[in-house]
Amino acid sequence: MIKTIDAYGLYYKDLNNMIKKYYEKGIQEFRLKRVSGQRYIGSGIHGKPNIVIEGTPGNDLAAFSDGVNITVKGNAQDAVGNTMNDGNLIIHGHAGDTVGYSMRGGKIYIKSYAGYRVGIHLKQYQDKIPVIIIGGRAGDFLGEYMAGGIIIVLGLDVAADEELVGSYCGTGMHGGVMYIRGNVAPYKLGKEVKSDTLSESDMKVLKKHLSDYCNVMGLDFKKVVSKTFTKLYAYNKRPYGKLYAY
Amino acid sequence: MSLSFLTPEFIVLRDRERCNNCGLCIKLCSFQAHYYGEKQQRVVSDDKKCVNCQYCVVKCPKNALIVKKHPLEFRQHDYWNDTSIKDIYKQAETGGVLLTGMGNDKKFPIYWDKMVLNASQVTNPSIDPLREPMELKTFLGKKPSRLEVDNKGNLISHMPPQLELEIPVMFGGMSFGSISYNAFKALATAAKEAGTYFNTGEGGLHRDFYDFADNTIVQVASGRFGVNQEYLDHSAAVEIKIGQGAKPGIGGHLPGEKVGEEVSKTRMIPIGSDAISPAPHHDIYSIEDLRQLIYAIKETTDYKKPVLVKIAAVHNVAAIASGIARAGADIIVIDGFRAGTGAAPTRIRDNVGIPIELAIAAVDDRLKDEGIRNQVSIVASGGIRNSSDVIKAIALGADAVSIATAALVAMGCHMCQKCYTGKCNWGITTQNPELVKRLDPDEAARRLINLLRAWSIEIKEMLGGMGINAIESLKGNRLMLRGIGLSEVELKILGISHAGE
Ligand code: SF4
Ligand code: SF4
Repeated sequence: MIKTIDAYGLYYKDLNNMIKKYYEKGIQEFRLKRVSGQRYIGSGIHGKPNIVIEGTPGNDLAAFSDGVNITVKGNAQDAVGNTMNDGNLIIHGHAGDTVGYSMRGGKIYIKSYAGYRVGIHLKQYQDKIPVIIIGGRAGDFLGEYMAGGIIIVLGLDVAADEELVGSYCGTGMHGGVMYIRGNVAPYKLGKEVKSDTLSESDMKVLKKHLSDYCNVMGLDFKKVVSKTFTKLYAYNKRPYGKLYAY
Repeated sequence: MSLSFLTPEFIVLRDRERCNNCGLCIKLCSFQAHYYGEKQQRVVSDDKKCVNCQYCVVKCPKNALIVKKHPLEFRQHDYWNDTSIKDIYKQAETGGVLLTGMGNDKKFPIYWDKMVLNASQVTNPSIDPLREPMELKTFLGKKPSRLEVDNKGNLISHMPPQLELEIPVMFGGMSFGSISYNAFKALATAAKEAGTYFNTGEGGLHRDFYDFADNTIVQVASGRFGVNQEYLDHSAAVEIKIGQGAKPGIGGHLPGEKVGEEVSKTRMIPIGSDAISPAPHHDIYSIEDLRQLIYAIKETTDYKKPVLVKIAAVHNVAAIASGIARAGADIIVIDGFRAGTGAAPTRIRDNVGIPIELAIAAVDDRLKDEGIRNQVSIVASGGIRNSSDVIKAIALGADAVSIATAALVAMGCHMCQKCYTGKCNWGITTQNPELVKRLDPDEAARRLINLLRAWSIEIKEMLGGMGINAIESLKGNRLMLRGIGLSEVELKILGISHAGE
């Protein structure tokens, strides 16, 4: 059964409370209509409901969440998937700043562009490897302090004179990998970042994620994967190891 | 390598009469200061390596060892003293940032020691806590502005979540990673036994400690290590760490060497990788953003747990605290500049931040002036050494205090300040299994419980002396304090009169 909730004018606390209550009663599928800026949707739910959001969810969508599946038919605001542990967030539009801050697992797919500091402090642990895919371009400080996981930027809807990533890309990076569809000017990279071509195993990983992404977003996989990608990774797992006297 | 100009800081004196060359000290010292001298055919020491942790001194079965400050001195110069010269040598040799452990050791004024307490004489009888009831129980959290009851006398006002303390002393944030598993276990055990709380620091919570959830404050710091729904669920309260007194304004990092199997599990990062905490939370650039995180946590924990926000005591602490209260925090933790740490850049530890005594008074005044003091509790920390510091902190306006350095000292820390090396001989700030074993968690917990017990008796004695029978009545009661040798500005900030006035 799909529970439809008209979120128009609902305070976020009441909306989230409603979702939690219905979920506890056994409802797994939700359709939230006319969402307009309500924060924290999907947070604090002990389980893996499927939530379809129509409208614009507010900041901290699915913050601290652990397995919720959210599809946003629209744009999202800041801090999508903040400190998320597991789950799938699909945004059929663009997203704001700090997408996936400190995210440890799960996936965030964004159809269009994303703001600053996307994937900051992205981590990974054992079988948990978080993935963020941005269909458009990303703002400054992409993958800052990145410690693990995968960020993919496709630049599908960018104009010829637009850059795929902003400045200071990967500053403080000490783990994980970014795949950028196209070239990244060296001056855009943080000093901790190395850029390279993709190895065979990189291509395997990339294709796996892209085919899923294209599937979800309804894109032509062959076309998306046909362009040459750049791989960005950390020079050093210990960027600050030599900072101290003794 | 070129010759180092550094001379030993300490001298290890071995009483040759007493030393029977058993070689135990060689095994004991993790800094490898003792060795068997082939030429001398006996155990000797390398003064340069000794950090004066006194582990060998305490453990030597023959009491043959003494460690002293090295008598070698530079020519007397009050400005260019020993430390300033040696620090330059160190940096000239390595080009690195100076690192240290524990708290600010410089000669700044200690206001605790410049304030004295009142006692009742004649007009208001003192109370004997051994015979009469004395209440130390403390509730931390937002208090409603007014209480409403129905006509049967039942409370109808909503009471926000509270932490309930049997003694107004908690253990401050220390992560598993900066401290050992056994030290962490001792704190958890003691907190449970004594009816107070311990704090995970930024290191996550090992599953072994889930049983202690009701006495656990879990921390959410900028690196978000080990933070997930399960972690937030296994807590009594959640603390957002913005800053800490030992290193306000900077992040931190746990070097990969300290990230062994267990630490890796707890922080949820791969073994051997550096755990880097950014200086700010990158989702908090304003009070409004702080509010967003506070409510993200409240949403995630169903509004059942108080949210603490911890900041370092800095220049504008009063205004910041007001913002934090308005952002919706239930408890503000203010950490003064004497606060300890496992590792901090020396210059920051010794030069950034303000004394906790002044910060408590300033924050309490500000929140009262704005009429929002009831909206938050204040926890003071950073160098609380004894029960009289506790009682003075509360008289200045704190609801409770946190101790961390004092707790480590109770477990055996000898203040060598070498925590950042990970070689703590006392098994406290180390992840080396051989060293961790040295700290018996049950024995350490017992020592912590003893300390809290002793302090609670002393606090009751002092309260009784003032004619007060509940700690609540002392809170912000600055009439109970007088200053000695303080300037007018200092007295004004502390909000107290001079002794004799
Ligand atoms: S460092 Fe500690 S254990 Fe080693 S010699 Fe010095 S006092 Fe003894
Ligand atoms: S915790 Fe250990 S290393 Fe740190 S100051 Fe105390 S004895 Fe020294």
